[in-house]
Amino acid sequence: MKIGTLKAIRAFKDWFIIKAKRQGSEVSVEETHQLLQKREPLILLDIREKEEIALGYIRGAVFLPQGFLSEKLESFLPDKNASVVVYCAGGVRSLAAAKLMKEKGYTSVSSMAKGIDGWKAAGYEVVSDSELTPDQLSRYSRHLLLKEVGMEGQIRLLNAKVLLVGAGGLGCPAALYLAAAGLGTLGIIDSDKVDLTNLQRQVLHGLADVGRPKTESAKEAIHRINPDVKVETYQERLTPENALKIFQGYDIIIDGSDNFPTKYLVNDASFFSGKPYIYGGVFQFEGQASVFFPKEGGPCLRCLFPEPPPPGLVPS
Amino acid sequence: METKSMMEENMEVHVRIPAPLKKLAGEQDVIKSQGKTVEEVLRWLTDTYPGLEERLRDEKGEVRRFINIYVNDEDIRFIQNLQTPLKEGDQISIIPAIAGGSCFWGRVSPTFRVWGNTQK
Repeated sequence: MKIGTLKAIRAFKDWFIIKAKRQGSEVSVEETHQLLQKREPLILLDIREKEEIALGYIRGAVFLPQGFLSEKLESFLPDKNASVVVYCAGGVRSLAAAKLMKEKGYTSVSSMAKGIDGWKAAGYEVVSDSELTPDQLSRYSRHLLLKEVGMEGQIRLLNAKVLLVGAGGLGCPAALYLAAAGLGTLGIIDSDKVDLTNLQRQVLHGLADVGRPKTESAKEAIHRINPDVKVETYQERLTPENALKIFQGYDIIIDGSDNFPTKYLVNDASFFSGKPYIYGGVFQFEGQASVFFPKEGGPCLRCLFPEPPPPGLVPS
Repeated sequence: METKSMMEENMEVHVRIPAPLKKLAGEQDVIKSQGKTVEEVLRWLTDTYPGLEERLRDEKGEVRRFINIYVNDEDIRFIQNLQTPLKEGDQISIIPAIAGGSCFWGRVSPTFRVWGNTQK
């Protein structure tokens, strides 16, 4: 009986594959490779489970595990006329997925025959950096579903180093989201101690932290969210003497400082070290935000506001 | 075209007042103002709300270097500066440099309050 059932399943599978092939909804690994080489607009959809992805995937793929297909497909891939090649390990699950997608109205979907196993056998490149552990694949699975992040984006995040100037009203939420998103290294420079009046908005710090250095409290809070983030703390003020040296080790500088001298110092040091400067300022219910990256051709803070308000008018 | 020339006589533009200057402008976010150029509108504004004068202009009468003025979304420095002509319904935004981020009640707010006090 059991053997009979297996046979029936196998027969159904064969029939299913033959039928799909007749419908022209399969492409070979060679054809897929060619399409990717030509850089045609193509979405390469990997529907395997996270443990399988960890062993290797095709560069440029986006990830939506089979189990999420019927539920998330339409929000994940709103363009039903996009060219999609689906792949799995051996080319069977992807056939079923392609069929499902066609039923949902996707007009140009094919399954890659023989899957990534066939791809490997043909000698094509497989990315198996195994930088993401199964736990990380789970933690960041919702990022992997986003075309704009995906595996490559997540790995870039995990390798990125961001310096946060100030762990206050702007710095705290920035740190929270960066930590949750899986940033590799977060530097925090702040010389202040937590005060009771900070707590209504500086969401990294709690009541028990009052009187402690903000850098310490921030580091603990970040590790509660994501222990993978490497946190470097600098319990000092940013000065013209230390700025360039500290900036050196980071890819991006985020300014959450609360005074003009620091903002202009962050701007100048970012300019001279060629780093993107994420600027923000808040007054009551109004705020400003911008990215200054003159190295890539844009303006800097001094282009926007040539001078800070004179020191006489602005005690800091 | 006839209606247009009528409008020009009574041309109304909207001036967006930033939070740090609201106190000096009767706590208003947006002020309906009149004038054919940015210069005229600023003049009207500082005549109506004298407290704004010192905030917006320096001793030479120039717009302060840490305050930007936009007509709709364009920085007037890249059009005709204070001589930029206006049309009915234009939105003028006054955008000062803002420093807050960490403790804006402790530091930034007094900044502007001190500034305001010099007015008295």
